[in-house]
Amino acid sequence: MDFPLVVKIKKIKQETPQTKSFVFEYPKRAKPGQFVNIWLPGVNERPMSISFDDGKNYTLAIAAAGESTRQMHALRVEDKIGIRGPYGTHYQWKDGQRIAMLPGGYGAGPTYWMATLATKCKIDFFLGARDKSLLLFADKIKKLKNVRFLPSTNDGSAGFKGFNVECWMQEMERGVKYDSVITIGPELMMYAVSKQCAKRKVPCQLSIERYMKCAFGICGNCCVDDLGITMCQQGPVVDNTLAGKIAEFGQYHRDDVGRKKEF
Amino acid sequence: MADLSVTFCGVKFKNPLVLASGILGITASSWRNVVKNGAGGITTKSLWLEEHRGHPNPVIIANEHYMLNAVGVPDAGVQKAQEECGKYLAWKSSPLIANIIAGRVQDFGKTAEEIAKIKPHIIEVNISCPNVEDEFGKPFACSVGDAAAVTREVKKRVGNIPVVIKLSPNVENIVAIARSVADAGADGVNVMNTIGPGMSINIDTRTPVLANKVGGLSGPALKPLAVKYIADIRRALPKLPIIGTGGVLTGEDAIEMMMVGATLVGVGTGVYYRGPQVFKKITDEMQAWCKKENVKRVRDLIGVFHNGNGRRFEP
Repeated sequence: MDFPLVVKIKKIKQETPQTKSFVFEYPKRAKPGQFVNIWLPGVNERPMSISFDDGKNYTLAIAAAGESTRQMHALRVEDKIGIRGPYGTHYQWKDGQRIAMLPGGYGAGPTYWMATLATKCKIDFFLGARDKSLLLFADKIKKLKNVRFLPSTNDGSAGFKGFNVECWMQEMERGVKYDSVITIGPELMMYAVSKQCAKRKVPCQLSIERYMKCAFGICGNCCVDDLGITMCQQGPVVDNTLAGKIAEFGQYHRDDVGRKKEF
Repeated sequence: MADLSVTFCGVKFKNPLVLASGILGITASSWRNVVKNGAGGITTKSLWLEEHRGHPNPVIIANEHYMLNAVGVPDAGVQKAQEECGKYLAWKSSPLIANIIAGRVQDFGKTAEEIAKIKPHIIEVNISCPNVEDEFGKPFACSVGDAAAVTREVKKRVGNIPVVIKLSPNVENIVAIARSVADAGADGVNVMNTIGPGMSINIDTRTPVLANKVGGLSGPALKPLAVKYIADIRRALPKLPIIGTGGVLTGEDAIEMMMVGATLVGVGTGVYYRGPQVFKKITDEMQAWCKKENVKRVRDLIGVFHNGNGRRFEP
């Protein structure tokens, strides 16, 4: 059933100066890394990564970036939105693993969520942002017992001064070994992580986002070169071996008419 | 194993299944992946001369009964088409059917001429899209004169590349349209595009779900309509090759389409109902049926409905 289900927003919270989280009840359960299509009648429908599923409610953390996300920020509690999904693949882990998490931007949501589930893993959480105020879900992440919180900010206002990728590499230079690396956020950040993991032979999972229209493997807008597989169904979460076969990863994506756009 | 190969307008296909236009049809990589999943050939998403923006989202919704789409035929224009088609053809994979679209008769000719330069195996002409009516008015496929005019314009610009006209089911007399395009020089027809347009309202928000409000309807329930139209056209024009498209999900569906007269069988929404491996699933089912019925060559089934037991057919 790939029709939007209309739900009422239960709670809205300003998480950072850019980002608000929206909470609503939804009947289908999801896993970290999956997404839903969110429909604002008369405005747009677009894919959004799920930040959290508490077993009854979803949380979506949305940064106001473009026209449709600004419209979403204008929503109030009790407003109706349409949701379909969840769609796509999700992150995986095994008990006892030492995991590095490298989220950028909204990626803090699914990684925090995974950290709450992977209670038997030891997680180094390399949260990155431009400055301290933009470190999404930092307070919640810090409180998790299985997490060592290692934030990075470009201006040095909190934690490591620089990119989270540099902070993570510094840890590895110090001799920390990871069984798995989880990254989600801007593609060029993930591309850097992917290259490092391939070089160091560390298993890695990342989220390759493409312009998705249908989200159920029909429209073809999210097919990637040269494999031709859809990122809405065979992604967005892929392991680094598969990412290595996606020639366009870190190079280009396609817009709504299928034209290549370089990163 | 039965021989599933067919020859359509002089082009050999390893099996009769072709990816229908508009599904997974934007990039060479995607087409190759569809062939890897078992399709005998692929049809591109409709190609425009210049960039054409599609409709805002939502553009497709679907449930167990039907799919409703108003993607609005987005495309980056002929340069991207040449790049992607060229890349695909260089792989020497299964045949490429380049589907073209335009808003005016002359533009069909120009687009066809540009696309012909890539040398696709077949050019299919989309004169039947039901979800760009706001932009272009009633489809050309709804008028005998317009359909023939587009056909003539395309035919004179593409040399010896076979031209297939994709027909609309939303007409009073589909046989008359098929006859008009055949008389105008069409080498074959595709029966059929989506029906409608239809509309779906979300009752909680009291609004249509598709941003375009209306969209082309497809899915398994369309098959009996396609089967009837293919049978009608085959009976009236027995020499006109047909691509049968509409609600094909299984090997039995594909064989049914062939029996009434289809040489090739288009699979579109089947990808939704049975996943990207649908082509392999369908050919496996065709093989199983052929074995059961002791059929050696699936091409022997084309139009058999009209020989013998077809005599009782009175529409």
